Amino acid sequence: MTAAPLLQVRDLSVLFPARRGAPPVRALERLSFDIAPGQTLGLVGQSGSGKTTAGRAILQLQKASDGSVRLLGQELTTMPAGALRRMRRHMQFVLQNPYSSLHPRMTIGQILSEPLQVHRSVPASRIRERVAELLELVSLDPAMMRRYPHEFSGGQRQRVVIARALAVNPDFVVCDEPVSALDVRTQAQIVALLQSLQEKLGLSYLFIAHDLAIVREMAHRVAVMFRGRIVEMGAAAQVYDSPAHPYTRLLLDAVPVPDPRLQRERLRRPPPDLRFLDGDGGPCIHGADHAGDGTPEWHEIAPGHGVSCRYWPKGGGWEPA
Amino acid sequence: MTGPLLRVRDLAATVTTRREVIRAVRGISFDINADEAVGFVGESGCGKSVTAKALMRLAPEGASIALGGSVAFWGQELLALDEVEMRDLRGRRIAMVFQDPMTSLNPVMSIGAQMADMLRRHLGLSGRAARERGIELLDLVGIPDPARRIDDFPHQFSGGQRQRILIAIAISCEPDLLIADEPTTALDVTVQAQILRLLLRLREERGMALMLITHDFGVVAGMVDRVNVMYRGEIVETGLVDDVFSAPQHAYTRALLDAVPRLQGAGATR
Repeated sequence: MTAAPLLQVRDLSVLFPARRGAPPVRALERLSFDIAPGQTLGLVGQSGSGKTTAGRAILQLQKASDGSVRLLGQELTTMPAGALRRMRRHMQFVLQNPYSSLHPRMTIGQILSEPLQVHRSVPASRIRERVAELLELVSLDPAMMRRYPHEFSGGQRQRVVIARALAVNPDFVVCDEPVSALDVRTQAQIVALLQSLQEKLGLSYLFIAHDLAIVREMAHRVAVMFRGRIVEMGAAAQVYDSPAHPYTRLLLDAVPVPDPRLQRERLRRPPPDLRFLDGDGGPCIHGADHAGDGTPEWHEIAPGHGVSCRYWPKGGGWEPA
Repeated sequence: MTGPLLRVRDLAATVTTRREVIRAVRGISFDINADEAVGFVGESGCGKSVTAKALMRLAPEGASIALGGSVAFWGQELLALDEVEMRDLRGRRIAMVFQDPMTSLNPVMSIGAQMADMLRRHLGLSGRAARERGIELLDLVGIPDPARRIDDFPHQFSGGQRQRILIAIAISCEPDLLIADEPTTALDVTVQAQILRLLLRLREERGMALMLITHDFGVVAGMVDRVNVMYRGEIVETGLVDDVFSAPQHAYTRALLDAVPRLQGAGATR
């Protein structure tokens, strides 16, 4: 039905070991998803839900305790360091803060040349030309290469960060909160830029953000995370228009809407009872013994749209049909 | 007392840092009536935060500020007060909540001590009375088990709880005006909704005026009666919140509203 996935993640788990009396933390629990070429998977959830850890574990910047990550058909979790280094030109990342992710004493030209030299992706004589090309790609003036990061606005710096990620012609880019430090109008411009680059270059994105509205604009598919687990995943329209998991509904209902009458009414509703989110989420609501039979805690409710059976409130009409 | 709670005329603020001199606020005028909630919306650098600081006669961090124009609070000219008089008013009659609750709280003082500090200085409460009042206030803003938690330090609370504590400190002396500068920007969406509900409830219960500063049109939408849109140190549009959202007049307001990402579909409207 669809093309072979560019990225295939299966049962990816990260366990942070116990430290100074604190119990070990299951930062990621059995994450599984695919990203097809040219597609965006949005990853949403509260801070501490494991979104950033997921991005880092996929890029092999964080050691996974279990599971598999295959990029372009190659297993990354067991790849030797040298091979992994060569693999890095296929996977890049764009981080939140355009102020701290650019070296203040390097010119934009030096910043963009660095990955080209490291990966030897173009001959030395062509580096300057490629840097100019990259700046044009992100709609910046090539003359900027002689200037320093502090001379630019937050939006311009984020364009430089994006250009740096694209320098080595990656296939896959993890964008971790790429616009959350920016003003709304600049956010809209960066989102439009990321979309046009995806179309032009056929990039796949893992787009991590806590802002559900931004993710709606960017993502083809969306995964909702809570406490290290994916609790719901589907096409963006499925998750946003017919959210099934109680936690997803809670998140969507909490997003302020730019409509005074509606927003006033929403704030006046009784606050949701969040007690169902306490503890470890309880047993499967369908009564299955997933731990016993080794099946994932996952139930498909429509083609391509699944939900976890954990973290459902008892009673109150939440039970799935 | 007649007239508005706050009457600001031709307020100008020039901020001087080591690097540059910025005319951050360029002659703005507005009123805030008692019991009223007024929003200030704009992008970073538009002067909305400097406006708030100017009302409190505070300078942005690492900078000095020169003010012009008039700020009348219940008819009293604030720009003419000396620092001692101003300190008496700050926190007691006009209180402020900032974006980042971690940097606004003293990390090496228990929250009880920080609350007591305010209550003793402004209201002259005894140590014991201040502690009791502190516990009441923590309860009011929804900190569970306040009698036990009052001796805890800021790092022992979550981000949302720290913002609740800051709000508790801000309202502790029953101010007439609460200025909230991006009070929910650093918070998750579900926690944001809780803080907005809390502010709404406190405002109604206490009849306190609210000046809400934010870049987020969604945040301002359900919270305020009137909204001022700021751009480059000036108010470019002012009006009832429903009117500004349904029929924005200024091109900049329209551009800002158009840039707000929306959750279309059933999830957003149900």
